[in-house]
Amino acid sequence: MMRFLLLFSRQGKLRLQKWFMAFSDRDKKKIIRDVTQMVLVRPPKSCNFLQWRDLKIVYRRYASLYFCCGLEQGDNELLTLELLHRYVELLDQYFGNVCELDIIFNFEKAYFILDEFIIGGEVQETSKASVAKSMEEADSLQETMEEYLNKPTY
Amino acid sequence: MPAPIRLRELIRTIRTARTQAEEREMIQKECAAIRSSFREEDNTYRCRNVAKLLYMHMLGYPAHFGQLECLKLIASQKFTDKRIGYLGAMLLLDERQDVHLLMTNCIKKLVPQLVRILKNLIMSGYSPEHDVSGISDPFLQVRILRLLRILGKGDDDSSEAMNDILAQVATNTETSKNVGNAILYETVLTIMDIKSESGLRVLAINILGRFLLNNDKNIRYVALTSLLKTVQTDHNAVQRHRSTIVDCLKDLDVSIKRRAMELSFALVNGNNIRGMMKELLYFLDSCDPDFKADCASGIFLAAEKYAPSKRWHIDTIMRVLTTAGSYVRDDSVPNLIQLITNSVEMHAYTVQRLYKALLDDISQQPLVQVASWCIGEYGDLLVSGQCEEEEPIQVSEDEVLDVLEGLLVSNLSAPVTRGYSLTAIMKLSTRFSSVNRIKKVVSIYGSSIDVELQQRAVEYNALFKKYDHMRPALLERMPIMEKTATNGPAEIVQTNGETDSTILDTKHLPSIIQPASQVNDLLDLLGGNDVVPVIQTAVPTKPASAGGELLDLLGDLSLTGGPTPTPAPSVTLSQPPFLLDGLASQPLFNDIAAGIPPMTAYNKNGIKIEFTFERANPNPNIAVITIHATNSTEADMTEFVFQAAVPKTFQLQLLSPSSNVVPALNQGSVTQVIRVLNPQKQQLRMRVKLTYTHKGSPVQDLAEVNNFPPQSWQ
Repeated sequence: MMRFLLLFSRQGKLRLQKWFMAFSDRDKKKIIRDVTQMVLVRPPKSCNFLQWRDLKIVYRRYASLYFCCGLEQGDNELLTLELLHRYVELLDQYFGNVCELDIIFNFEKAYFILDEFIIGGEVQETSKASVAKSMEEADSLQETMEEYLNKPTY
Repeated sequence: MPAPIRLRELIRTIRTARTQAEEREMIQKECAAIRSSFREEDNTYRCRNVAKLLYMHMLGYPAHFGQLECLKLIASQKFTDKRIGYLGAMLLLDERQDVHLLMTNCIKKLVPQLVRILKNLIMSGYSPEHDVSGISDPFLQVRILRLLRILGKGDDDSSEAMNDILAQVATNTETSKNVGNAILYETVLTIMDIKSESGLRVLAINILGRFLLNNDKNIRYVALTSLLKTVQTDHNAVQRHRSTIVDCLKDLDVSIKRRAMELSFALVNGNNIRGMMKELLYFLDSCDPDFKADCASGIFLAAEKYAPSKRWHIDTIMRVLTTAGSYVRDDSVPNLIQLITNSVEMHAYTVQRLYKALLDDISQQPLVQVASWCIGEYGDLLVSGQCEEEEPIQVSEDEVLDVLEGLLVSNLSAPVTRGYSLTAIMKLSTRFSSVNRIKKVVSIYGSSIDVELQQRAVEYNALFKKYDHMRPALLERMPIMEKTATNGPAEIVQTNGETDSTILDTKHLPSIIQPASQVNDLLDLLGGNDVVPVIQTAVPTKPASAGGELLDLLGDLSLTGGPTPTPAPSVTLSQPPFLLDGLASQPLFNDIAAGIPPMTAYNKNGIKIEFTFERANPNPNIAVITIHATNSTEADMTEFVFQAAVPKTFQLQLLSPSSNVVPALNQGSVTQVIRVLNPQKQQLRMRVKLTYTHKGSPVQDLAEVNNFPPQSWQ
């Protein structure tokens, strides 16, 4: 099971954080700090896996963003790399040539896509088309600005 | 019976209840209906009933009677049933329920289906939405493999059902992309965990071997991690890839280096120790400081276990000390000192090499500590140039003292190190002739600011002045120290030129318990005031003037090293008599006493007991007597126990016997070692008591032994 998924830039700014297990706020901040520091100092050609406390950290750099997750001991690291890649593909499919700016400005959509793909730290939907379709349906339910203004709240 | 109401209706009804009591009433009515429906074994509505039960469970009402029904639903072929069944299992069950077992078995039966699904995944054509680089739905594949792993763990039948598909996945999956490797990795993990056949295991290890040769770092890392897990069980198979693993030590990546180091230590054995050690020492030279401590400890452990010869062992230790000396752990210094003491014939060589190392570099504290200890002990060998192993160097007493004094004044030395060197200088006062110089040094430090040094110096000063007569005795050579750790004696024998370690295999002899009762019997029978029970010789505590570390070492050291004969059996391994019995070279005891003739202590009723003597070096007050008991009658003597008592002025220790059966017709003998401390050099007398069973009847006998040869106690 994945414990958490973090996206951060090369300068260490956090772009997305998803926690699959309950941590206190202090713990979360500490984890973010430690993991970010550890990953950012790694030389470019090095191995994508680290051992940290009792977790395996798997990270991959896509352009200016680091995608990083914390796994339990029993998980398959190589598959997690594939998982990260699949997530990026989903983002790419949705945004069309996704870049860091897309994720900064539409972070809620990034979260929605992640939630379609992974639940409780495990992959729940392996079909790219399915995820895309769910996102489309959900998006179609969202009101336009005019409808939004005219619709009564209750 | 009418059809049970629908779930939605039930929920609506319950929500109309206005009080708690009303709700409870409705629920109880419905529960009764559900229960009778379950009893009727109604297949059609079971699913609906369990769903209602789950709703009631969520409201807080007991629902345990539904557990078995969930099991039946899971076993059903209908998807709707299965869905509700699994949901019910998840909500209602935990590990404590027995139904849980039944359910696990049920799931196990699914294995053929799972296998079929996996097969379809692999064989089927291209499905664009699930595809990753040409492999269809790797996430699902890995999930199935993981489930198979859990189901097959410990279960022979399931494991057998999976063998084929695992082999198929392992051979057919394309490895050019990471995805394929991910699936292979999962397959390997599964094969390792289930009860697979050996052919499959070999296949798995070969896959890991192939991973090791891959260019991709991630894959190599993953391979090293998995090999580390499997090295315990499939040691030989992993050995084949040893050279690749050792190459990984030279990799630039930190994670890979660490894994490779751990794996290398796991792979070291008696055969490859020389080669591996070369690589590991090279690694130690070039690795990061974080690794050095672990690597050094690992090297020491490996060297201890598998050293092919003493000289090699000492060379290796020297190498580690000189390259990574400051990273070595603190407890290794006493261990090393003990090791050096035990390799008696290497003393001259060791001290010479250590001296040369000191001349080069005094910054590495562990090295300096060990070196100064050795120079203090064996300085006389150094000066006399006795080394056989290599070219002896010409060193004068003054040069040695210069070096040791240099340590004392140097800024690089830690306080502990200074203590070591002061003690070393002191010890040399009995071995060197330039006593005046030593006296001067010692008196200077009598006013040192460092309290520890000051105390030592003051006490040594006193040794020169008031207690000069005791000085030689106090400062003489250290006796062989026996490790209280479990592999003490075994280690000594192994490093003694590859002797057969099977002799000494930790055949933990029954800890010699001389129960107080038995001894008291002896006392009663003998009735004398002048006998004392068998006790362990306590080291006569040397005055505190001996250096702090020395005292610690002495504290550990028991001259006899055997277990205490008090009722609580001690943990320390007794010195097995096998060491003395039959081994040609006795590294522990210099046989100065070759001249003492053996004697027959007892010869009656067909049983003859002979005593042979050695003198324990360096303490000439300890006589080591080995008894040999032989039986010339036609029947074996079983449950043979030999006990001895000595007058009060002596101290005696009895070690474990080789066995307690004396075979008939002199076919073999029972040996046992007795150590007698005779500080007052009085004439040795002993009373012995024998008990044994002969031809079915127990026999007991007492005797007094007075005919000890004078050399044994003088």
